[in-house]
Amino acid sequence: MSVHGMTERTLNVPDLQRRQLFNRGMEVIAWLAALIAIAILVVVVYSVGRRGWTELNFNLLTKAPIPFSFTNAPQGLSNAFAGTLVIVAIATAMALPVGILVAIYLNEFAPPAIRNGVGMALDVLAGVPAIVIGIFVYGLLVAGGGGQSGLKGSFALGILMLPFVARTTIEVLALVPNSLREASLGLGVPQWRTTLSIVLPRAIGGILTGTVLAVARVAGETAPLLFTSSLVGAKTSWNPLHALQTVPVAIFELSESPDPKDHARAWAAAFVLLLFILFASLTARWLATRSARKIAGR
Amino acid sequence: MASLDVTEPARRPFSGRRVHLGDLLLQGLAGAAAAGATALVLLIAWKVVDGAHPSISKFGLGFIVHDVWNPVSGREAYGAASFLFGTVITSFFALLLATPLAIGIALFLTELAPRVVRGPVTALVETLAAVPSVVIGLWGILVLGPALRGNIESWLHSGLGWIPLFGAPSAAGASIFTAIVVLAIMILPIVSSISRELFLGVPHELKEGALALGTTRWEMVRGVMFPYARGGIAAALILGLGRAMGEAIAVTQVIGGGTVISWNLFNQGDTLASKIAAEYQGATSNLEVASLIYLGLILLVLSLIANSVAQLIVRRVARTHGVTRGGRG
Repeated sequence: MSVHGMTERTLNVPDLQRRQLFNRGMEVIAWLAALIAIAILVVVVYSVGRRGWTELNFNLLTKAPIPFSFTNAPQGLSNAFAGTLVIVAIATAMALPVGILVAIYLNEFAPPAIRNGVGMALDVLAGVPAIVIGIFVYGLLVAGGGGQSGLKGSFALGILMLPFVARTTIEVLALVPNSLREASLGLGVPQWRTTLSIVLPRAIGGILTGTVLAVARVAGETAPLLFTSSLVGAKTSWNPLHALQTVPVAIFELSESPDPKDHARAWAAAFVLLLFILFASLTARWLATRSARKIAGR
Repeated sequence: MASLDVTEPARRPFSGRRVHLGDLLLQGLAGAAAAGATALVLLIAWKVVDGAHPSISKFGLGFIVHDVWNPVSGREAYGAASFLFGTVITSFFALLLATPLAIGIALFLTELAPRVVRGPVTALVETLAAVPSVVIGLWGILVLGPALRGNIESWLHSGLGWIPLFGAPSAAGASIFTAIVVLAIMILPIVSSISRELFLGVPHELKEGALALGTTRWEMVRGVMFPYARGGIAAALILGLGRAMGEAIAVTQVIGGGTVISWNLFNQGDTLASKIAAEYQGATSNLEVASLIYLGLILLVLSLIANSVAQLIVRRVARTHGVTRGGRG
């Protein structure tokens, strides 16, 4: 009906110039919007890059921070980088198998009603704010006794990764052609072997893409770790049974410090984190184009 | 030799449907994982309610409308009103700032941009989505905040100070306004990438039909693309709203804290999420911890509502578009 209204207006020729002018104006506004978005990104990356680059040196990765002292001795955030490596690795080890199994169940076994139900639960889980996941793990594991630990931080990050990994795996599994499954089953191969040896290998590239993206996402997460792994000393530790410092939590704490030297380290750590995330996103993009070709069987 | 391979399965005794141990195992494991993921959602809800229980039984629903936060032992009193107000006002204005920009970007990328520009700009916008909130917060507190206060806030105050929203800028280095801008930056890529996909999904024959009738490009966008993508854009906006409400870290870094309900955007404030994040080491009494978790419960309910509304819209849109397509075919 809106198209009908337009026909009438179109016949009104003297109007044309005004309409074209208006159209021009709207196009300019859309151009401006895109320019503003690009400008924001450039400014953010430039800010972090410029300040981070000048502060970046090997001390950041190799030296531990020196708490409560105004020395000029070189200090870094080695404890935070070690902690992030450990916590994110364990979180991935927790979320990846569970996420893949959930996806296998939903795509290969579940009747439609269950598929919808569990799919909805995954959507809900993905929508829970990260800070709420943090207080959930705090209430479940930290408050009851035992206190904070890197492992509990991993659990919180794993919950964040789970719906992400499951969703991407479901999408990839759905792309594997059914003729492959039928051919395998028709040869007498049981379903579990078909799933594990025929379907999964086809989908592995896509699953890897999703995992890399999920790792990039949770490596920068602060909120779930505040309540589960943040009360830490300055020593570098690799033991996940103790509370471990992480890069995002360190940036968070340093950013609220009044000392400009702390800001400098925060910028440098943010720079390293950003580099890692950009690198991971590019890797994922590259993996995605490769796996798309593989799934289609070309 | 080769024929042996082919006939080998046939020599097996035919026993109807054989149940393989492996099938049972895989299905059992996978089913358990799916059940576990579903149970996790319920467990989160239960545990948050459970943790908030001391505060719920003490303050009841009145918690939502009281704007005190007094942890002094003996005179303890807690309420969520000021944080709820902060959450609503920051996410509303963030959405207001981000929506036109996001839709503008989506239109630019689908209709206006030269082909060579589209790929890189799309990638740039997606990169913005990947920047961690703590990094945006760091930038917000050290670069954006001072810049806004020195220029835009004082400028808006001197020009439009008669509007209660644009009061005197706070002396401390933080404001609700900075939080709004930071949140807008964070939801911009979400809304624009969903809108872009929606615009790409508008059937070409509809667009070409409108243009063939002599509409300008903008009239085609308004008359054909907007009505077609309206539902999806609404869902994208609600998803962005949910994201803005739940963002804790970046907001904590730039908003400054406080329990005063004020319409002055240049004042300091707090949101539900930022209050929880700010108190992570500070909460001392059990009642204060329970009250913080109560804030989390309110946040959980708000984000659940936002997400389910978005899902409902998405489902309805998918159905109506499916019907349209089926009707034509």
